[in-house]
Amino acid sequence: MNTQTPPVLDIKNLRVEYPLTNGGTLVAVNDIDLTIRPGEIHALVGESGAGKTTVGNALMGLLQAPGRIAGGSISIAGKQINTRTGRTEGIVPGRDVGAIFQDPMTSLNPLFTVESQLCEGMLAHLKISRKEARARALDLLKAVGIPEPERRLGSYPHQLSGGQRQRVVIATALACDPRLIVADEPTTALDVSVQAQILKLIRDLADERRVGVLLVTHNMGVVAEIADRVTIMQNGSVVESGSARGVLTSPKAPYARTLIAAVPPIEHRLERLPVPSEETPATLKAREAVRGKTRSAAESKEDEPMLAVRELCVEYGQRSFLPSRRTAFKAVKSVSFDVKRGEIFGLVGESGCGKTTVANTIAGLVAPTSGSVHFQGVALEAGRTKSVRQSMQMVFQDPYSALNPRMRINAAIAEPILFYELASNAAEAREDAAILLEAVGLNGQSGERFAHAFSGGQRQRIAIARALGPQPSMLICDEPTSALDVSVQAQLLNLLKDLRDLAGLSMLFISHDLAVIRQMCDRVAVMKGGEIVELAETETLFSSPQHEYTRELLRLAPSLDRILKAENTAA
Amino acid sequence: MIKIVSMRLFQAILVMVAVTAVAFIMFRFVGDPVAMMVREGASQAEKDALRAALGLDNPMLIQFVEFFGRVLHGDLGTSFRYQQPVAELLMNRLPATLELVLVATVMSLALGIPLGVVCALKPTGFLSRIIQSATLVGISMPTFVTGLLLILIFAVNLRWLPSSGRGELVNLGGWQTGFLTVSGLKSLILPSITLALFQLTLIMRLVRSEMIDVLSSDYIRFAFARGLPRSHIYGRLALRNALMPVVTVTGLQIGQLIAFAIVTETVFQWPGMGLLFTNAVGYPDVPVLAAYLLFVGFLFVMINMVVDILYTFIDPRLRTK
Repeated sequence: MNTQTPPVLDIKNLRVEYPLTNGGTLVAVNDIDLTIRPGEIHALVGESGAGKTTVGNALMGLLQAPGRIAGGSISIAGKQINTRTGRTEGIVPGRDVGAIFQDPMTSLNPLFTVESQLCEGMLAHLKISRKEARARALDLLKAVGIPEPERRLGSYPHQLSGGQRQRVVIATALACDPRLIVADEPTTALDVSVQAQILKLIRDLADERRVGVLLVTHNMGVVAEIADRVTIMQNGSVVESGSARGVLTSPKAPYARTLIAAVPPIEHRLERLPVPSEETPATLKAREAVRGKTRSAAESKEDEPMLAVRELCVEYGQRSFLPSRRTAFKAVKSVSFDVKRGEIFGLVGESGCGKTTVANTIAGLVAPTSGSVHFQGVALEAGRTKSVRQSMQMVFQDPYSALNPRMRINAAIAEPILFYELASNAAEAREDAAILLEAVGLNGQSGERFAHAFSGGQRQRIAIARALGPQPSMLICDEPTSALDVSVQAQLLNLLKDLRDLAGLSMLFISHDLAVIRQMCDRVAVMKGGEIVELAETETLFSSPQHEYTRELLRLAPSLDRILKAENTAA
Repeated sequence: MIKIVSMRLFQAILVMVAVTAVAFIMFRFVGDPVAMMVREGASQAEKDALRAALGLDNPMLIQFVEFFGRVLHGDLGTSFRYQQPVAELLMNRLPATLELVLVATVMSLALGIPLGVVCALKPTGFLSRIIQSATLVGISMPTFVTGLLLILIFAVNLRWLPSSGRGELVNLGGWQTGFLTVSGLKSLILPSITLALFQLTLIMRLVRSEMIDVLSSDYIRFAFARGLPRSHIYGRLALRNALMPVVTVTGLQIGQLIAFAIVTETVFQWPGMGLLFTNAVGYPDVPVLAAYLLFVGFLFVMINMVVDILYTFIDPRLRTK
C-alpha cells in the first residue's frame, strides 16, 4: 500500500509505568511497537488489564497521574511526542488525534447542544469563525449519516439514540481533520445492528479520509469485521502482531490461540468451550456434595414444564389524575413460552426489547399487567410463598454491583442458606458456603474476604454460588457474562453448563449475544419490541431462521468464522 | 414548559391552603381570644356577645373560609402586643431582612463557587487545604461568636463600621432601603458577613465535591481528549454540571436565612423579621406568629418553585418529557 507516506502513528519500545505506594512500579505497557499507515485500521486486542487502553491514553496525552511514559518513543504523523513531559510539540490532541470513547451515553455533555460540542474543538484549534464552524459541523453530521442534520445541530444529547450519539462523537473526533483516531471500544455499548452501522462508518471514513485508526477492543468479531492489522496484548506486552486475517486464522503465540479459541462461535455448537479446565479434585468433591443436596430437593412430576408463561403483558405507565393523561408503555406484549425441566431456555434481543422485563416479572421483581406465570404447575401470584422464592434464583449482569461491598463473601452466600433454614446454625451455613465456593471453582477459604478482593469473573462465580445456596430448581441468568472478558466468559459458560447437568437446574438465560445463546441454550425465543417473533430449537433457529428479524440479527452479528471463510473463498 | 410551570403553581397553591389551615388551627388552640380580649370579671353574656361579634360562634368550616378570605385580602389580623395590623408590621420589617439576606447570599455565591472550583482542581494542594481548614473554622463557630468577634474588631477597636442598626434609610414607595446611603451600606457589611460565612462554607464544599465528581466523568475526559482549553473545560463544561445541586441548596438556604436569621439580627440589633418573631414568641402574640407561619410557608413554596423552574432552564433533559 502506501509504503512511501510516513505512518500516522509510529510507536517504538513504549513503556508506561505507574509508581506504586510501596516504592515499586507497575509496568502497564512494556516495550510496545506499533505502526499505523494512513487509511489503516489497526486493532489492539486484549483482555481487561492488558494495557491496551493505556496505550491509547498515552498517545492522547490522557495518562492519569502518577502514570508516566518511562521509555520509548511515539510519533504521530512524523512528529515526536516528548516522552518526558508526555506532551508533543506541534501535536495537539483533538486537532491531530481524534478520540472516540466507549459509551456514547456518557461521553457527551448533557447540558450542551450537539452544535456547541461539535464546534468548540474547531473554534479552539482551527482559528475559524463561529459561522464557518457551524457550516463544517453540518457537513460532518452529514458525513456520519445523521438524519435531519440541521435540526440535530440544535438537539441535546438526550434527544438522540445511542447510535446517533456515537455518530456525533465520531463527528467531533473528525472535526479538525486529524490524521489519527483512537477508538476505545467504540461499539461495545451498542446493539448489534447499530454496531454494524458504526463499524461500517468507521471503515468508510478511514478509506475516504485516509485517517489511521487505532481500534482498542476486546471483541474478536469486530476485529475480523473491519481491522487491517491486529496486535494482541497480554499483561502490557505484545503477544502477537500481524495482518488481521493471518493472526485470526492461524495464531502462533499460545496466548493468542487460547484467546481466539475462547470466542464462542456463532456457526456451530461446541460441547464445551476450549478453555483450560479449572476442575481440581477439590472442585469435583464439592460438586458431588452439591449434587447430593439438590437431587433430593427437586422431585416432582417429570412431564409438566418447570415454568409456563402465558400471554404475559407488562406496562410501565405514567399515573395521572386524569384518565386521558395516563400513558402506558408496553414493555412486554403477550409473551408465552415454556421452560422444560433441565432445559436452558434463551431469550435474545436488542436493548429495550423487553427481555429483562420478562425475567424480572418471572422473578417477581415487576408485577405483570396481565397474563400468568406458572412455576412447577402452581400459578404465581403477587405475594409469593417462601418455597417459590427459594426455588427460583437469579444471577445478574453486573457482578460489581451485585455483591454487597461490606459483607464477607461467605456471609453473603450463607445468608440465603440460613434464611431458608437449610442449615441449622451459622457455622453449618458457612461450611455449605465454602463447599459452594469450591463448586464454582474458587478456594473455599477465600470466603473470609470482601467482594473487592475478587476480579469480575470471580465475583460472578460468587454470585452463582450465592444463587445455588438455597438449592433452587430454576436459575434466571440476565446477561451473566456480558460484563466479562472472553476467556472468563468461556469458563463461566462451561461452569453454568456443568451446574445444570449437576443439579438438574432449569435455566432462563438472557443475552444479547447470539453466539453465547447458541453455545448455551436448548431452545431460544427471539424478542423484538416486547414480543416473541420466533421461538425454536436452538439448532433449527440458527440453521434456518424463519423470521426476517432473526435473519437480520444473524447477518449483522460480527463473526470470526464467517468473515474469514468469506475471505478465503474470495482469495 | 408552560405545563411544568402551571403544574408547579397548582401544587404551590395546595401547599399554601394547607399552611393556612395550620395557621388557623393555631388561632383556635393557642389560648381563647375571647378570654384574652374581655376585661376581667366580664359576664357570660358579654363574652357571648364578643364571641358573636368576632364570628367565633360560627361552625369551624365557615370560620376557616372567612379566615382564608381575610388572608387573601392581606388582612392578617391585629397584633395583640403592638395593636397594629400584622401586615403593616411585617412590611416594616421585611425590607431589612431581605436586604441583609440578599447581600449575604451574593457574597457567599461570589466567593464560594470559585473557592470550591479551586479546591476541586487540586484537592490535595496546599491552597485547597488552607481554604478547607479556614472554612471549617467558619462553619463550626456559632453565629453569635462570629458576630461578636467582628463587632469587637471592626466596630469597637478599629471603629471602621457600625455595630448595630441599619444606618440611614431611604424610603422607596414604602420600601425602606439601606442600599442608597453610605451609612446604610456600611451597616450591612458586618451582619451580612456573619450570615454569609456558614453559607459560604456549605456552597464551597458542595461545589468542590460536585466538581470532583464531574471532573472524573467521561464527557470531561472526552473534552480533554479533544484538546479543549482548560479554562473552557473547567469554567464552562464542568462547572455548569456541578452547579445543579448548588441551585437547590442556595434556594433552600435563602429561605432558611430569611426565616431564621434571628441570631444574627439579635447580635446586630437588626430591625428585621427575626426580632419581631422572637418577641412574638415571648408574648405570645398569636396573630404575628400565625402570620409568620404563613409567610415562611409562602416563602419556601415560592423558592422551591423558582428553583424547579431554574432547573428546567439549566438542564435540557427536564425540558422535554
